[in-house]
Amino acid sequence: MKRWLTPTKPSGLLAIVVLMFGFGFMLVPLYDVFCEITGLNGKTGGPYQAQAETLPVTSERQVTIQFVANRNDNLPWSFAPEQEQMKLAVGERKQTVFSVSNSYDRPVVARVIPSVSPARAADYLNKIECFCFQKQPLQAGEAKEFPLVFFIDPDLPEDITKLTLSYTLFDISDTD
Amino acid sequence: MTENITVPSQMQRRIIPARLSFFRFFKALNYLGYPDWQKQTILIFLVWDWKNKKKRPILRTKSNFYLQRATNDGCTIRCKENAMCRLLHLFSTALVLTPAPLVALEFNMPAGVTDTSQSVFNLHMTIFYICLVIGIIVFGIMFWSIFHHRKSKGAKAAQFHGSVLVEVIWTLIPLLILIAMAIPATTTLTDMYDATESDLDIQVTGHQWKWHYKYIGEDVDFFSILATSREEIENRKQKNPNYLLEVDNALVVPTNKKIRFLFTSNDVIHSWWVPDLAVKKDAIPGFINESWTLINEPGTYRGQCAELCGKHHAFMPIEVKAVPEVEYLAWLDAQKASKLAAAGAVDKDWSKDELMAAGASVYEKNCAVCHQADGSGLPPAFPPLNGSAIVQGDKTGHMQLVINGRQEKGMPAFGAQLSVADIAAVITYERNSWDNQTGDMVSPAEVQSLMDSQ
Amino acid sequence: MSTHTEAGHHGPAKGISRWILTTNHKDIGTMYLVFSLIMLFIGGSMAFVIRAELFQPGLQLVMPEFFNQMTTMHGLIMVFGAVMPAFVGLANWQVPLMIGAPDMALPRLNNLSFWILPFAFSMLLATLLMPGGAPDFGWTFYAPLSTTYAPPSVTFFIFAIHMMGISSILGAINIIVTIFNMRAPGMKMMDLPLFVWTWLITAFLLIAVMPVLAAVVTMMLMDVHFGTSFFNAAGGGDPVLFQHVFWFFAHPEVYIMVLPAFGIVSQIVPTFARKPLFGYHSMVYATASIAILSFIVWAHHMFTVGMPLVGELFFMYSTMLIAVPTGVKVFNWVSTMFRGSMTFETPMLFAIAFIVLFTIGGLSGLMLAIAPADFQYHDTYFVVAHFHYVLVPGAVFGIIAGVYYWLPKWCGKMYDEKLGQWHFWLSFIGVNLTFFPMHFVGLAGMPRRIPDYALQFADFNMLTSLGAFLFGTTQLLFVYILIKTVRKGKPAPQLPWDGAKGLEWTVPTPAPYHTFATPPVFGDK
Repeated sequence: MKRWLTPTKPSGLLAIVVLMFGFGFMLVPLYDVFCEITGLNGKTGGPYQAQAETLPVTSERQVTIQFVANRNDNLPWSFAPEQEQMKLAVGERKQTVFSVSNSYDRPVVARVIPSVSPARAADYLNKIECFCFQKQPLQAGEAKEFPLVFFIDPDLPEDITKLTLSYTLFDISDTD
Repeated sequence: MTENITVPSQMQRRIIPARLSFFRFFKALNYLGYPDWQKQTILIFLVWDWKNKKKRPILRTKSNFYLQRATNDGCTIRCKENAMCRLLHLFSTALVLTPAPLVALEFNMPAGVTDTSQSVFNLHMTIFYICLVIGIIVFGIMFWSIFHHRKSKGAKAAQFHGSVLVEVIWTLIPLLILIAMAIPATTTLTDMYDATESDLDIQVTGHQWKWHYKYIGEDVDFFSILATSREEIENRKQKNPNYLLEVDNALVVPTNKKIRFLFTSNDVIHSWWVPDLAVKKDAIPGFINESWTLINEPGTYRGQCAELCGKHHAFMPIEVKAVPEVEYLAWLDAQKASKLAAAGAVDKDWSKDELMAAGASVYEKNCAVCHQADGSGLPPAFPPLNGSAIVQGDKTGHMQLVINGRQEKGMPAFGAQLSVADIAAVITYERNSWDNQTGDMVSPAEVQSLMDSQ
Repeated sequence: MSTHTEAGHHGPAKGISRWILTTNHKDIGTMYLVFSLIMLFIGGSMAFVIRAELFQPGLQLVMPEFFNQMTTMHGLIMVFGAVMPAFVGLANWQVPLMIGAPDMALPRLNNLSFWILPFAFSMLLATLLMPGGAPDFGWTFYAPLSTTYAPPSVTFFIFAIHMMGISSILGAINIIVTIFNMRAPGMKMMDLPLFVWTWLITAFLLIAVMPVLAAVVTMMLMDVHFGTSFFNAAGGGDPVLFQHVFWFFAHPEVYIMVLPAFGIVSQIVPTFARKPLFGYHSMVYATASIAILSFIVWAHHMFTVGMPLVGELFFMYSTMLIAVPTGVKVFNWVSTMFRGSMTFETPMLFAIAFIVLFTIGGLSGLMLAIAPADFQYHDTYFVVAHFHYVLVPGAVFGIIAGVYYWLPKWCGKMYDEKLGQWHFWLSFIGVNLTFFPMHFVGLAGMPRRIPDYALQFADFNMLTSLGAFLFGTTQLLFVYILIKTVRKGKPAPQLPWDGAKGLEWTVPTPAPYHTFATPPVFGDK
């Protein structure tokens, strides 16, 4: 060890301080890794990248999926799933639609944040196409249909029979 | 000093007037609401104590004497100068004195009405008693040395300063106690994470400062807002027994059905807590959390928001009404019917007085929190409505503000929260209250057509 | 340092510049202690407002938004302004005296780390006068209430926290360097008095976690002003992340506030039991294990955020484990008293009260560690009762005990023992009357941080308020005792406590401005 790095000298102690300050920031990516491993907070991954032919085969097992749509801060949009819940077989590729319209008197850019409960199911919900991957700008009064294409990984733990996918709409017009 | 050592029988009789029989003693315990196991433990100690009764006159210190008076056991006050005996006495005294009044006065954790809440309660009590015993032993030894090993009593200090054996023992014993505590805790926790399929799913969304409930797949959803009046909060009126724990629309759920709650938030972090169900879960904006309950007994269970969420954190209670399934289904149908009726209210021909009356109650529940009951607001955060240019100005501008809100100022978009009739009513009320005397009225049809045009 | 060695035995400078420019550890220690006493009264007056509002159900005195500002500022001021500076003040006075050093290793840095504090706290207190009011999001400042929904004064709050952090870090560095490099010849690490040991471990905790606090408030600052989204779900961030980083700092912080008190009690109990401390080595190891464990228990503050089962179990077990070294410490204190020859002067009374009441707080902490039960306790007055039991009769009683214990050496005069006993008994009754009923209202379901409550909590809240008023006013007596001692106390002998051991008692009374100019040889006596 270099002489000045000794933890009994001011220089060495300052190095610890700087290191720990950096560690504070390191906790951010570390937390994401931790979430991904444990499914903490129901964070879902990005687009499912596999080729169509490698999609897992359909099995007999049926699960219920529910869709929940929220608007943060009472954003004056209407935002609702076409179907609040559906039954599907694991591995089965499904499409559903969320209808959305901006009832505000100005254009709004929104981002949709997904979250899954129970959290440990998050890793098994694969989205092939989702409106949550991009920002969503909507003109005043404009209405749209957001498509979602997904399937549930057959490796979903056996005791989970019902999962909920929630989308929350955030207004990000200011930060753009 | 001597009179403290032997107590004359005369005095003894005065303090413990009649020797209580076991029977009467336990009747008293029953009356105070002692649980069975506690009574049995006390019984065991008393019998043990009785057996230890010695014939010869016994040295008794003052403290010991009071202690027995407190236990009121009456079966013996002859306790040998024996540390074990004293410790047991102390323990039974503590059992008699401390927890029972807590149970009796309901100043303990509620045992609740679900299997989970029962097991959480049992866990709580078990650990409480373990802590109590540890505390009594440690403090017992400490106070014993404080009384006996004092300089004024001529105590000479020993000079020992360590013993590896003793230190190893008192590292290992707590470890074993902890393991014993961890086992039931782990079982209960695992049960709480049980994922078997629910019969009913309710989405609970925290708003500043109210709760929104949505029955998934049922097309029923509503806000639940504090029903206690401002007069009661501001001490202008007698407070009712459910002060701050009552809402306008309670969450109605069926008994004996597994209910899954999905928690999220609209703004900051809230926490949904009903002690009787042992459910407390944070509602986090952008994320969804879940918890479940299965209520065994019908009844009304009250709770509050448990995470600081801004200025009216104390004023967003929770009221859960658990009813038999038949009743629940009837309620659900009624809700759907009233939703249809509300849609019909738009076409109804409203008079200004009707709108003003309805508007006053909508205003108190939804607007008075920030803009105050007298419309004076809380500037600079919450502007006054009394004398406001928007309120006294053009009707459309006023309607647009109420419907769409103003996010950057924290004004919610009420178009998504209130019915069309309520919006019309509250706007009419604001335009014709306090110093605002526009004289006009806004009909539900006008609000509807504005909302349609957007 | 060179100027001081050549100046040799000159006394303090005259006038105000003595205090502004001083590099003397005793002066700086005194300034820290006086500062923390002032902060205790400012924070205490906020507690007064809180308890007055909660005296009865209904809103009487303050608006809910001001109430939230009071709870927030009360917490911040007591933690960062009263308890931590008091410990640094005691360390400044005692560490050099106890290890036979002439001064702190870095005297000018010492001056700087103190003089940052008045500015930091002026800035924090100034937020009360700003538009939108002071911070109102609780001392734990959870995002997004403290970011997106915060009053504008949050920026000043962040800078104040940064300054306090720098002050603490500099103070900690100074203490570590002093202990490692300036011990009297012949004094090995395992000869260090326990107060020095606990402070050494505390100082390492400080330099490890204060930077993390700095990091978390920096992230907040960036979220508020520079459009980042560390804690904002809208930009892909996560509000729960805030809690993880915050508690990674704040759990060790809790031990920072109590470990030096362990040290003080470990000095006082042997003195008044006239018997060596039982298990010196296990005391040191227990303190170190508590410090290490404190880094892996943080999420027990977050059992309700929705962690996976494995996470809950891990944090439950690791938290329960802390009971073992803490238990060892309590058993050692009790064994030190056992078969001693005890007298009960004011410092000893406060030390015994510390042991009893801290243990009560520790046991309720053990209850809180049990995750399923914590779902019921979390964010209720049960938690408030718990942490006030470890902080008020814990940390604060420890500090008061230390002040009474060393005061005769500092100013050469004896405090009034009769008044000291009054101070103790009134404080003891007040503290229990204030915080014990909180357990009951918490279990019965009263959430914390509310300005108004349901009717069934009324009786106990009134009791709590009365206790708080008693405890608060009693501390005025403490100030009176201190002033009386300094002004017209009876002269103290060189060894005011016949059982006291250690280098600090070998210097004359009052301790001269410069002590140990020639290092003592340890082990002489």
